[in-house]
Parts: sequence; structure tokens; C-alpha cells
Amino acid sequence: MEDGNFLTDDFLRQLINVGEVDILVGLPTHNNAKNVGSIVHTIRDGLLRSFPRERAVIINADGGSRDGTPELITSVSIDDVRPDSTVYALRTLHAISTEYASTPHSGIALRTILAAAELLRAKACIVMSPESGSITPEWVSSLLRPAYYDGFDLVCPTYRRHKFDGLLMTNLLYPMVRALYGVRIRESYMPEFGFSGRLGSQFLGQNRWNDGTGDNGIELRLTLAAVTGGFRICQSFLGEKNPVERRAADLVPTLRQTAGVLFSALESDFQAWSGVSGSQDVPTTGSDLELVLDPLRVNRKRLWEMFVSGVSELESVFQSILSPSTLAELKRIAGLGEEDFRYPTELWVRTVYEFAAAHRKSVINRDHIIQALAPLFRGRVFTFVVENRKGSANDVANNIEALCLEFERLKPYLVEMWKSKE
Amino acid sequence: MREMIVNELTQAVQDLARGFAHYLPRLIVMLILAVVGWLIAYVVKVILRSILRLIKFDRLSENAGASQLLAKAALPSATEMLSRLIFWVTWLGFILLGVSVLGILGLQEQVVRFFLFLPRLFVAVLILLFGMVAAGFSARATLLAAVNANVPSPRLLGLAVRSIIMVFVLSVFFEELGLAEQTMLVAFGIAFGALMLGLAIAFGIGGRDLARGFLEEKFVRNKKEQDEDELSPL
Repeated sequence: MEDGNFLTDDFLRQLINVGEVDILVGLPTHNNAKNVGSIVHTIRDGLLRSFPRERAVIINADGGSRDGTPELITSVSIDDVRPDSTVYALRTLHAISTEYASTPHSGIALRTILAAAELLRAKACIVMSPESGSITPEWVSSLLRPAYYDGFDLVCPTYRRHKFDGLLMTNLLYPMVRALYGVRIRESYMPEFGFSGRLGSQFLGQNRWNDGTGDNGIELRLTLAAVTGGFRICQSFLGEKNPVERRAADLVPTLRQTAGVLFSALESDFQAWSGVSGSQDVPTTGSDLELVLDPLRVNRKRLWEMFVSGVSELESVFQSILSPSTLAELKRIAGLGEEDFRYPTELWVRTVYEFAAAHRKSVINRDHIIQALAPLFRGRVFTFVVENRKGSANDVANNIEALCLEFERLKPYLVEMWKSKE
Repeated sequence: MREMIVNELTQAVQDLARGFAHYLPRLIVMLILAVVGWLIAYVVKVILRSILRLIKFDRLSENAGASQLLAKAALPSATEMLSRLIFWVTWLGFILLGVSVLGILGLQEQVVRFFLFLPRLFVAVLILLFGMVAAGFSARATLLAAVNANVPSPRLLGLAVRSIIMVFVLSVFFEELGLAEQTMLVAFGIAFGALMLGLAIAFGIGGRDLARGFLEEKFVRNKKEQDEDELSPL
């Protein structure tokens, strides 16, 4: 069992009052008062509908909210079920909250939830994002059922998304995880997911929480731990991701939490991924890829300009990271006009693999390597947007599949670079 | 008269022989020290070179931008340079030790001063090395941040950061060596002031259009982009 010293006395007291549970819902928050009320009610409805007989608890791990978020969550009690509701609980639904720090940190939040799950001996757990505006009660059931009834250890979500949403996922994370680890998980860095108590305890004990490296990109770490640990993984279709979530996330921090974490994990998981060839589907309930084709105005010119200026300005940095042939090819395409510019699939895969190898060898500061990937990713996004602008859902799916196969085809190139000393 | 001359000559030759006999062992000791010193210095150089290669010192130097400077000046790699420096300092130390054995008045004081200077030289070299690494790291961090924030002239910003840090590091380096402290202090003041003034003038006059373009781009385009959908990477 993991040392639970980082949990506050008050939180431990609340957990003791709860006793053992069957189901745990984790909700990491930070100033989410605007949405969290409706989300907690939806979660509660989902629990009452699908798991009325199970002992359940909602654990809120709060990162220092100043807008009353924790109070909104803890105020949800079993007694205030709407009078017109047709569902009734047969057991108490607890909702408790703890402030793990005065600033938000997804790693510590998940660690708190995992520790609570272990102390309460929860059989199945889900973590819900406080920003999921499109959450429905069915999401709770879709994520919990496979872990609670079907013996799966990790339940990853799939969504109906716009074809240009989540491009880091479709152009880097999904194809690379698939090619290297051999499992086709669409959303390996997921805002909502379900997991078994077994996986939670295992991950809580093995993740490096205290050396500062284990906190970043924690959701992806959990997925990779499940893959390398031989746990049973499945996907569950949740529905549409609310368009309001399509906001301008800062690319560099996102790259740190995804590409940075994946590159780091490759180092410790080398034995697990180096021998894998091809990839396998994971059991999926519902669709694993649904694309929305609504027109979207994208500033392509800006993407192209930032790629071109990035290649030009960062040439000295790329010389340390990329092979001469890849760099020469990048310089060549950066010289093309906006109309002719394309970042070919093979070149993109070689670029990503060379970045991963450079990250492993620490040719320069690792964070600088991740930062240097940002302008190149923008070039790839430009190409993806242009190539799929008029494409149907099938066309886009086929293009993503082609990219995945290219990642798989060039995997020996990465292994070769990985094994070479310099 | 003749006998007196012969006596004086004999006395002089005897004195010379006595003096030579007196110094010969010391000279031999000095030569032995020089030879042994060369051997020890060579071994130290080989060991140091191996250690530096093991810790990939050349890569560190490359990241700090020192390798590029050395290459431009047609000098050997940073590992080789540092190994040779240590070789010469070690051997010179042994030679001076040998010279002090000769007991030549005046030289002994210089030898003592040399040995007292060695720790300062060591600290100064360390300051220079770490300063160059810090300057290279900061310059690259600035360059990357500027590129990703779409700030104009990122390389210039990186170069400015590197220059400011290096001016500071060099002033500390020379101060540690005790070389013309007042001169270096004044030179640092002038160089730093000139750099700041240069940047101010460059931005005020040369960069007028650049600043205008930057501000326009920042505010006018941002307004335009509010009407465009944004792509979420996740």
C-alpha cells in the first residue's frame, strides 16, 4: 500500500467516516464553480440510475479554489434528489472534498484520488473532468460498467469530435502509442476515464511521485502503466465533446504533458515496446472514431508562418536534434510558398522519432527539445487541415490510419537510433 | 707578478668549479623535477581527457556555444583545450618548483606567487565554463520562447541575452584573476552601458517599423483572430 502521509488528517477522518465503497468518482477541481454544480448533479444521476445498490462516494480533490467549488460538491447529498426524479438510491451517496494544495496540480489531484480509492477499497473508479460541459449520466455508466462488471482495468473514452479537434492526439500521440506499444487507444491522454481498484493501487505504488517527474501528464502515465503492466484495457464511446471545450490551449505546456511524458516513458519502457510489431485493437463499446464535419475557420497562414519562421530561427537547435537529411528536407519545404507547402507524412514521422531519440540522449536540455517541436507541429497541423479540408469522415479516418501505418513502418528506424550510442 | 696572476686564475677556476659543484645537484634536481613533472602532467592530461569525454564535455561546450567559437578560431575541441591547459599548468608548476630549488634570489617569491595564483585560476576557469553554459542555456530558452510566442527577431533576443550574460561573466572572470581590476570594472561598465544604449537606440530608431508592426500584429490581428475558430491540440 502506498504511504498516505500526504493526505490531511481531516480528509482521512472523512474517509474513515465513509468506510468501504464499491464505486469512487474522482473530481479534480480548481475554481470550477460555474460548471461543477451541474456536473456533480449529472454524476449523481448517473450513479443513481446505473448503480443504485452500490456504495458510492464522490471525492473532490481541489487545487485551492476561491469560488466555493468544494462547497458546491459537498452540498450534494442523497436527500436533495429532485422530487420528480424517477430514481432512488438504496445507499448513501457521500461527497467529500479535500484541498491538496493552494495551486492546481493534476498529478497531486490524481494521487489523492488514487490514495482515497485504495483506502476505501473501491472496486471501480472514474475520474471526471470539471470542464466537461457535455457530460450526461450515461457517461458515468459507460466508464464504470466495464471496470465494475466486465473486469477491465482501464476504460478510455472515445468521443464524437470535430475532425480538426485534438490534432496532437491524432497526429502524434495516438499513432505513436499505437506503433510503439502495439495498442490502438484513441485517447491515451484522457480527461475522463474509468479504472479498477487493482490498477489504481498498482499505479499508486509504482509511479515516481516524489522525484518531481511522476506528476506531469499523469493520465498518459496511467495509460502506459496499464499497457506495460498487462492490464485489461477497453474503450467506451461517450458521445460528443462539447464545442466550448475547444479553446486555445497553450501548445507548449500541452506538448510537455503529452510528447514529453511519452518520450520519457519510452526510456523506462524500452523492453516493453522495442519488441512489439504491428498493433491490436482494444475492445470498444460503441464507435472508436466519430467525426463532425462542420465548417471551421482556421488561420492557416499563421500556422504556416510560424512553421517557416521556426525552421529558420531554430536551425541551430535542430542541428543538435535532427539528422542532416531530415533538417535539409525541413528547410526545403519551409522554402515552399503557402500554396505548395506540405509536411509529408514520412518526414513528420521521422521528425517525431528523431526528437524522441534526441530526448533520450539529452542532446540538449529535454524541455528545450519539447519546445522546439512546437513550430514543426504547427506545420503538420497546417498540412492536416489543408489535406482534410474537404474530406469526408471516411477520408479523414483513412488519412489518420495511413499516418499510423507510417509510424508502424518506421518503428525500426527509432529502435535503431535508440540503440546507437551517439 | 706572473705567479700572482696564475694564483688568481687558479682561485677563480676553483671558485667556479666550487660554484658549479654547489649548483650541479640542484640543477639535476630541477631537471628531474621537470621530467617527472612532464610525466605527471601528461598522465593528468590523459586522465582528465578521458573523464571529460566520458561526461560528454564537448556536448556541454557545444550547448554553451563555446565549441562554435573554438571552431571559428581553428582551435581544438573544448576537451582538448582544457586538457592541454591543465597539462601546461601542472608542468609549469613542477618547473617552477625546480627553479625554486636552485635558490635564485627573487625567483622564489615569484614561484610562491604562482602557486598562490593557481586556486584563483581554477575558480576563474570554472566561472567562465559555468557562465558560458548558463549563457548558452538562457539564450536558447529565450530563442525558443520567442519563436513559440511569435515574437519578432527571436535570434536577436537570444543573442542579446547571451551577450549580457557573457559580459557579466567575463567581468567576474577577470576580477577573479585579479587582472587590471579597475580597468575591467570600467570596461564592464562601458560595455554594458553601450550595449543597453545600443539596444535602446536600435529599438527606438532602427526598430521603429518593427515595433509598429509588432504592435499592429499583436492587437489588430488578435482582434481579427477572435472571429476565427481555434484548434485545440487535445
